[in-house]
Amino acid sequence: MRKNQIVAAVTAITLGAALASSPAAFADEAFRTLDEIKESGTINIGVFSDKSPFGYVDENGDYQGYDVYLAERLGEDLGVDINYVSTEAANRIEYLQTGKVDIILANFTVTEERAEEVDFALPYMNVALGVVSPEDAVIESLDDIGEDDQVIVISGTTAETYLVKNNPEIKLQKYDAYAEAKTAFENGNGVAWANDNTEVIAFSIENEGYVVGIPSLGSADTIAPAVTKGNETLLNWINDEIVALGEENFFHADYEATLLDTYGADYEDTLVIEGGVAAGAETEAE
Amino acid sequence: MQSLGIDVLFKGTNFLRLLEGLWVAVRISLISVAISIVLGILVGILMTSRNMAVKAIFRVYLEIVRIMPQMVLLFIVYFGTTRVFGWDLEAETAAIIVFVFWGTAEMGDLVRGALISIPKIQYESAAALGMSRGMAFRYVILPQTIRRLIPLSINLITRMIKTTSLVMMIGIVEVLKVGQQIIEANRKVSPNAAFGVFAVIFLMYFLICWPVSRLAVWLEKKWA
Repeated sequence: MRKNQIVAAVTAITLGAALASSPAAFADEAFRTLDEIKESGTINIGVFSDKSPFGYVDENGDYQGYDVYLAERLGEDLGVDINYVSTEAANRIEYLQTGKVDIILANFTVTEERAEEVDFALPYMNVALGVVSPEDAVIESLDDIGEDDQVIVISGTTAETYLVKNNPEIKLQKYDAYAEAKTAFENGNGVAWANDNTEVIAFSIENEGYVVGIPSLGSADTIAPAVTKGNETLLNWINDEIVALGEENFFHADYEATLLDTYGADYEDTLVIEGGVAAGAETEAE
Repeated sequence: MQSLGIDVLFKGTNFLRLLEGLWVAVRISLISVAISIVLGILVGILMTSRNMAVKAIFRVYLEIVRIMPQMVLLFIVYFGTTRVFGWDLEAETAAIIVFVFWGTAEMGDLVRGALISIPKIQYESAAALGMSRGMAFRYVILPQTIRRLIPLSINLITRMIKTTSLVMMIGIVEVLKVGQQIIEANRKVSPNAAFGVFAVIFLMYFLICWPVSRLAVWLEKKWA
């Protein structure tokens, strides 16, 4: 019995490894070029279907959101129909590497590790960390945090990683879930709450009496469309398109149509990147 | 009292979309279950073989199914086959392949268990009555085996129906995914929608699985 189990395990592992380790095998046909997409008349775009307000499905079954607004325009300017594919955070890279979608527009943060797997086009949105605090004791800089004060974070988020690494002197109060952190913060268990800036901004707008004192902290990351690695014709076309769209302030219009309700007008320039040029591109020396 | 958010289901075509999602889940599981039962019975009979090679092959097969999470199998069949062989399977086809691969192995093992649980004396008595091996199997062994199989296979079938929720990982929008979409699209206007929507999805799964389990009870009585 034991022997059989070992055999089975080895078989399973070998099979899995064989399947997982040969991304180069079909690299030639893994993607469709710009011309092939145009010829087929349909482009496959991977978006989130349950991440409002970036990509979600409305009550009529239509895809909506900041990412989808861009997708619609890309499809229109390419002159093709769009086939939306509902993606999850965990399978976005897989979809591109197998060519099952042509573009991913799913709130995809540009990172070095991901850039080795897929090709990112020019960015269209900023993401950074933000810190929200009660309006009667606003934290406008990390220096405002006293020695005995505690800052609320959610375990496993970039906010936690950043503060542990760069400001180890700050005392953190960690929670596993968003709802717990929110309740703790509302009960005054901490002087501030650090999280993705989109999250804290949305919180301050939905809840009276809170201000985002630090709207942008840490390395400024960006959100960009991604295509299969090596798909240069499509990548170049998207880049040209994003630059061209900048001239008509397309992404500001996109923000106003999709994100304004959640984030308000004050953060439009903090969040939007127009024409692919990240304005506050402070590069972290790390 | 706070609203439970069931009202979001009646916005636009939400309820219809939920039913469409349910149909996707039911379609995938019904096709998979039907194929798995047929193949599972064959595999189960083969599993009782005394041939060491045959036994070893099915043992390895069963262990792979037991070890691999269904999610990994879905990724291997849907994305892996494209990477390695360049096949571009439909997501639903990939899902059915995985569910059949899983269902056949487990069904096979249940059939094997049910077959070997029939006491040897049943075979001997049949032979003593002058039945051929085939007749003994058809009239004596098989009816008893099937009766023993019913409760066991119902567990497997209902589990397969519920596990269809994983297919969202390969882009199939089934009932649970539609539910999440509805909840998220109404996050601001109806923050409690999760309760209502999940309660309705629970009822939907119940309405699918309950008749299956009633059918099993009925069959058990009828064949007793």
